[in-house]
Amino acid sequence: MANYKYHILLCGGTGCTASESPKIKANFESILAEKNLTDDVQVVATGCFGFCEKGPIVKILPDNTFYTQVKPEDCREIVDEHIIKGRKVQRLLYENPEDKAHISDSKHMGFYKKQMRIALRNCGFIDPENIEEYIARDGYKALATVLEQNDPMATIDIMKKSGLRGRGGAGFPTGLKWELCRKNEADQKYMICNADEGDPGAFMDRSILEGDPHTLIEAMAIGGFCIGATKGLVYIRAEYPLAIHRLQVAIGQAREYGLLGDNIFGTDFSFDIELRYGAGAFVCGEETALIHSMEGKRGEPTFKPPFPAQEGYLKKPSNVNNVETFANVPVIINKGWEWFSSIGTEKSKGTKVFALAGQINNVGLIEVPMGITLREVIYEIGGGIKGGKKFKAVQTGGPSGGCLTEKFLDTPIDYDNLIAAGSMMGSGGMIVMDETSCMVSVAKFYLDFTVEESCGKCTPCRIGNKRLYELLDKITKGQGTMDDLDQLRNLSRVIKDTALCGLGQTSPNPVLSTIDNFWDEYVAHVKDKKCPAGQCKALKQYVIDPEKCKGCTACARNCPVGAIKGTVKMPHEINQELCIKCGTCIEKCKFNAISII
Amino acid sequence: MEKIKSLADLKKKREQLQSMVGLRENGDNAENLVQIKVAMATCGIASGAKQTMEAIIEECKNQNVQAVVTQTGCMGYCYAEPTVEVKKPGNDPIVFGHVDVQKAKDLVNKYILSNEILEGVIPVNYEKIETK
Repeated sequence: MANYKYHILLCGGTGCTASESPKIKANFESILAEKNLTDDVQVVATGCFGFCEKGPIVKILPDNTFYTQVKPEDCREIVDEHIIKGRKVQRLLYENPEDKAHISDSKHMGFYKKQMRIALRNCGFIDPENIEEYIARDGYKALATVLEQNDPMATIDIMKKSGLRGRGGAGFPTGLKWELCRKNEADQKYMICNADEGDPGAFMDRSILEGDPHTLIEAMAIGGFCIGATKGLVYIRAEYPLAIHRLQVAIGQAREYGLLGDNIFGTDFSFDIELRYGAGAFVCGEETALIHSMEGKRGEPTFKPPFPAQEGYLKKPSNVNNVETFANVPVIINKGWEWFSSIGTEKSKGTKVFALAGQINNVGLIEVPMGITLREVIYEIGGGIKGGKKFKAVQTGGPSGGCLTEKFLDTPIDYDNLIAAGSMMGSGGMIVMDETSCMVSVAKFYLDFTVEESCGKCTPCRIGNKRLYELLDKITKGQGTMDDLDQLRNLSRVIKDTALCGLGQTSPNPVLSTIDNFWDEYVAHVKDKKCPAGQCKALKQYVIDPEKCKGCTACARNCPVGAIKGTVKMPHEINQELCIKCGTCIEKCKFNAISII
Repeated sequence: MEKIKSLADLKKKREQLQSMVGLRENGDNAENLVQIKVAMATCGIASGAKQTMEAIIEECKNQNVQAVVTQTGCMGYCYAEPTVEVKKPGNDPIVFGHVDVQKAKDLVNKYILSNEILEGVIPVNYEKIETK
């Protein structure tokens, strides 16, 4: 084995791959070959580092240097300066926004300081397509320990005591789920992984699958052993091609090493995993719909009970867990439940991965201990609001969640606090909004999504959500009445109470939470016919200030619909009937004469 | 591929593979480990710094010393090349001059393992602005 002196790790996640990380890898390899350094320097494509805002990321070890926004043409300078001469390339280091100083070690960066990586422990550290690197990081040790002990109930007990709760959103205790499934006798049971990540803006499951696929395989085998299943199934959306590829490679390697298949670790336990592809329907994240989709039926939910633990895939007892939940399992076995349960809050243990998105400086993937406050996440890790604008709200829980306002900034984040605040944990999407976001439009956006994704089986969801959407649409067009606001509330409650599955039961949440937290904004749309954030097209007017207009004709010449009239060197005017509110005139005006009212 | 048949098998395999990620793990935990910097500018390389670095890495491996070995630019002591800076956790860094292959081994065995100062220590005559 070559005795490498340097490792160049570069992000091979979907985001950085899109910004040419494969080309960066190829460049490094060819430059190193040209300089005869291939035995001294190893180039490794890893999973996501999380700091997607500054990607592509290149990390050099052992001196722990973190380069950001690296371009393929920067490779030569990194090799010449850093690898050969030992001098860091200053211009590619992360610049601390506060004092503009360059920071080379990621541990000193605000983005990483408050993070704690359990589920993401190997992402950005190992080569996901190399099982040996996973084994070198204590991989499969938890599975071996569990099989050697040969006491499924003891393992379930560890999971229960650890306090691990489902990371898919609902937060059901994992150990208890396994125990319930174990109790049901059957000739065949199934351990199912829900990798149908559907929340807009959430990508934690994809990143784990892309960065550390073996952790999922190991955890599913442990779970399978505990509930008495010999078969594992991963339901993954076909739109995650890189995750599917890495998972397939990992499953192949695990079989080759005897870590999947018959008589694992020389015991009586046999377990294998197959993939099932989903078409990317949001409702298929609901476990009964997911199971039907895997059976080749329509992806529609059915009433519970029977729960999957009683009658699941092919009517056999099945257990469904989310990817991130699984990723915690091997660590809990290796480090003990005492360790795990010492992290987090009273009822929510461990960490949670969040996908930070929206109007925030550091967009990316983060993992933080439960109980951290939104303020720490948004301002310390996320680096605050983009362009120095004012924070307005953060949306958690995707289309099932709600918006949290400034008053919740210091609330510790855990399952129960988020629900008490009118939102939910969800799978961990966190969309940050600034003062320019219109909350009625935000609610409308989510309803548009649920209307599209509703399977149509039950009336409240199929018709109710459509009606909610129409009411919101009416309000954003300035045609709403105060009665409509009452209607929104009543209808939301009815849908929540009567819908069949989790999708419908939670779909009105974005409406309710925005009405509760931003009542004035709704009233402004209805009574004053104004959108305070200036987002709703129908409610804004572009006007030319005759004092400032010099009659240069730039606006009139560029207006796509010919709505601006006027003679040269005389103030122009906008015909409001014709104006489509595209904003071109504002961009073209050199005299700041046009404003939105 | 030989299948892994037991926990003991897995542990053995892990030990063999440890070195694959050892350098990364150490780099991640550098402040708690011995950090060794070998000056590798032109003068250093001409005086054999490459061999010195190889010898240090080799000896650390043989003696099971968890260390982060990196190269650095010219330290300015061209008269004493190859020069090596060693920082043990909790101690001030010490720069050793004229570190040939034999002295490199001594450095690991005597200074790092048994705290015995070798000859050729270059006294600190500068102040450093610690970069983050």
